[in-house]
Amino acid sequence: MAAGVAAWLPFARAAAIGWMPVANCPMPLAPAEKNKRQDELIILNVSGRRFQTWRTTLERYPDTLLGSTEKEFFFNEDTKEYFFDRDPEVFRCVLNFYRTGKLHYPRYECISAYDDELAFYGILPEIIGDCCYEEYKDRKRENAERLMDDNDSENNQESMPSLSFRQTMWRAFENPHTSTLALVFYYVTGFFIAVSVITNVVETVPCGTVPGSKELPCGERYSVAFFCLDTACVMIFTVEYLLRLFAAPSRYRFIRSVMSIIDVVAIMPYYIGLVMTNNEDVSGAFVTLRVFRVFRIFKFSRHSQGLRILGYTLKSCASELGFLLFSLTMAIIIFATVMFYAEKGSSASKFTSIPASFWYTIVTMTTLGYGDMVPKTIAGKIFGSICSLSGVLVIALPVPVIVSNFSRIYHQNQRADKRRAQKKARLARIRVAKTGSSNAYLHSKRNGLLNEALELTGTPEEEHMGKTTSLIESQHHHLLHCLEKTTNHEFIDEQMFEQNCMESSMQNYSSTRSPSLSSHPGLTTTCCSRRSKKTTHLPSSNLPATRLRSMQELSTIHIQGSEQPSLTTSRSSLNLKADDGLRPNCKTSQITTAIISIPTPPALTPEGESRPPPASPGPNTNIPSIASNVVKVSAL
Amino acid sequence: MGIQGMELCAMAVVVLLFIAVLKQFGILEPMSMEDSSDSELELSTVRHQPEGLDQLQTQTKFTKKELQSLYRGFKNECPTGLVDEDTFKLIYSQFFPQGDATTYAHFLFNAFDADGNGAIRFEDFVVGLSILLRGTVHEKLKWAFNLYDINKDGYITKEEMLAIMKSIYDMMGHHTYPILREDAPLEHVERFFQKMDRNQDGVVTIEEFLETCQKDENIMNSMQLFENVI
Repeated sequence: MAAGVAAWLPFARAAAIGWMPVANCPMPLAPAEKNKRQDELIILNVSGRRFQTWRTTLERYPDTLLGSTEKEFFFNEDTKEYFFDRDPEVFRCVLNFYRTGKLHYPRYECISAYDDELAFYGILPEIIGDCCYEEYKDRKRENAERLMDDNDSENNQESMPSLSFRQTMWRAFENPHTSTLALVFYYVTGFFIAVSVITNVVETVPCGTVPGSKELPCGERYSVAFFCLDTACVMIFTVEYLLRLFAAPSRYRFIRSVMSIIDVVAIMPYYIGLVMTNNEDVSGAFVTLRVFRVFRIFKFSRHSQGLRILGYTLKSCASELGFLLFSLTMAIIIFATVMFYAEKGSSASKFTSIPASFWYTIVTMTTLGYGDMVPKTIAGKIFGSICSLSGVLVIALPVPVIVSNFSRIYHQNQRADKRRAQKKARLARIRVAKTGSSNAYLHSKRNGLLNEALELTGTPEEEHMGKTTSLIESQHHHLLHCLEKTTNHEFIDEQMFEQNCMESSMQNYSSTRSPSLSSHPGLTTTCCSRRSKKTTHLPSSNLPATRLRSMQELSTIHIQGSEQPSLTTSRSSLNLKADDGLRPNCKTSQITTAIISIPTPPALTPEGESRPPPASPGPNTNIPSIASNVVKVSAL
Repeated sequence: MGIQGMELCAMAVVVLLFIAVLKQFGILEPMSMEDSSDSELELSTVRHQPEGLDQLQTQTKFTKKELQSLYRGFKNECPTGLVDEDTFKLIYSQFFPQGDATTYAHFLFNAFDADGNGAIRFEDFVVGLSILLRGTVHEKLKWAFNLYDINKDGYITKEEMLAIMKSIYDMMGHHTYPILREDAPLEHVERFFQKMDRNQDGVVTIEEFLETCQKDENIMNSMQLFENVI
């Protein structure tokens, strides 16, 4: 129920007295209103700005934060007000919603900030009023598109090692930057398209005279050469088309797509020309077919982003174009009729019929004015001038719509490209900042060890060692320390880890390999990449640091194991012997390795990671104590 | 003729265009269409301010705070201070989403609109509420009688009662259990008249109504039901 209507509920209930005398059975009891209090003003302090409103105003919407008892969590006893540590600007809109029943969206506000605030206060964005809903939806869609673009570009950059040959080929066709072969193919086809188009053009140029006959176009003079060129181009196009057809994930959809139709139309005339040899009847048609060869130029749209955008714009402006066409047609018919009847009287008038006047009207309305048909009577001239004036208007009206559409789409594309380019740099910067924090932990750990040593030796005044860490930092480090103690492993940094692995791989190169190895060459030399490892399932564990940045993706196998014995048996299919064999050397029977691939920067690198300690003496328990029952085996 | 005709047309078109251009320069004042813009202003300036708080306090049985609270809700929904019938119907219909409350709202509107000017002012609203919530049972019954008596002639006829009954049943909508039969309102009216109409003359007068209701326990109990609404 809307806000204002809730205020009328007492009235509606009172008016129900009108039913009482008519009713035959007794009425139910009214709900008792416990602790009915007088309407009072409550103070809402949002980041220092105080808002005041009646309590009943807020209670209009009992399923939001402010309308329910949830706001009691924010009540400050000392100042007798409700304190919210949020943005006061957005709160103004939220409070107005309670007051007026309409939620507005301020245009200057960032859409995701606004969404966050609404989510905090428990208000659904769908109830934004009609006045602001369009704007809200537009901004939201734009934002979503932007995020989707980013995700898409991310996805594009991961290469899935398990693509079939067909899929790799398709990806090569669609995105020439994936491999050098694709790039070569791209340029070759582009070159041949250009050659073909130029051939078609030059064919018709008069090429000097053969003695004894009139001037011939080049095509007939050097017909063999042109034929060979044409054949070569068509061969290339045919091969390309067949390859695309083979590689397409959905052949039916590919055949129906615009580009494939253009391809077919580009190469068909040649084959038809081969089939129909010098048959006199159809040679006229044969000449017509040559016209279709010009469609090869549309194949360039695969090579040019701008062309594609243009095509897309025209498609999306179909309704405006349709309107333009319709209004032009109307105007042409009207003016042609008028001109015809106006010029009927004049002698030797070129306006022989209304369709003949169409030509005049079109030429005049588009302000071409060839001058092959001109009105001679006064009436004709008057109407002719009106025709040309109105032509300018009719054409000028829909054009800005098309132009703005094109501009919007074009700029969107530009922005997407720019974002992709910037993204790499941004990610790199973020990664540096994150590794900074993990290094901080290791650094403070060393200092911490020193602290402990000092405490043991009884120097209490050396408690603050090095630079003082903030409370949050120290609590964080304490947390990581607890994790280390829990799993009996320690965090170390990259170099030491790699050193360890190198040592152990030198010692024991096992021939058994885990079933699904990633084909990434760089890792097969290290033991940790080859062996299967049990890991504990930690929600956001990421392989830290640079090692896995080079890895494309890890496939993980989940094993549900509740006790040790079953776990060992299930592991037996995965390199158990290798594990046992390597264990004494590498001491790496459980290592949490990555579950998620990186290019996404790890949320907090050291968290959830336990590395093989440099020299851990203890027995290697198979399941760490914090194990849940799900064990992730990462098979690399 | 054809040529002459076209020439004439051309001249006519030229003259029209000329006039259009002159209008731009304001030389030829357009004759009409000057007052249309002003008429728009009239509707929006209709506003009503209620009588003072003290006067209302004397007229009704509400306390000052209650009156303030009521007015705030009223003004929020109707900033002009007047409720017209359509707004009233809209508001009332929102409480009964399954059915059609417009007819009953119409009758209610007439019951509240004491002076019959087509709009409920805050005074009407508050006076009506005062009777319903703080009045004696006698007053409430009189108010109910006033509601049923559509033409306010002092008698409730069968037709009036049928109209009221139908409008009440309309509010139920179609999805009821048991299924609403066509003659349910009529049956209900028959029962009502059997109970109320003492002298069986086909109309119910105010005295008959009061007498019967005061004897009926259910009705007397239900009249007290909404005491604590405000």
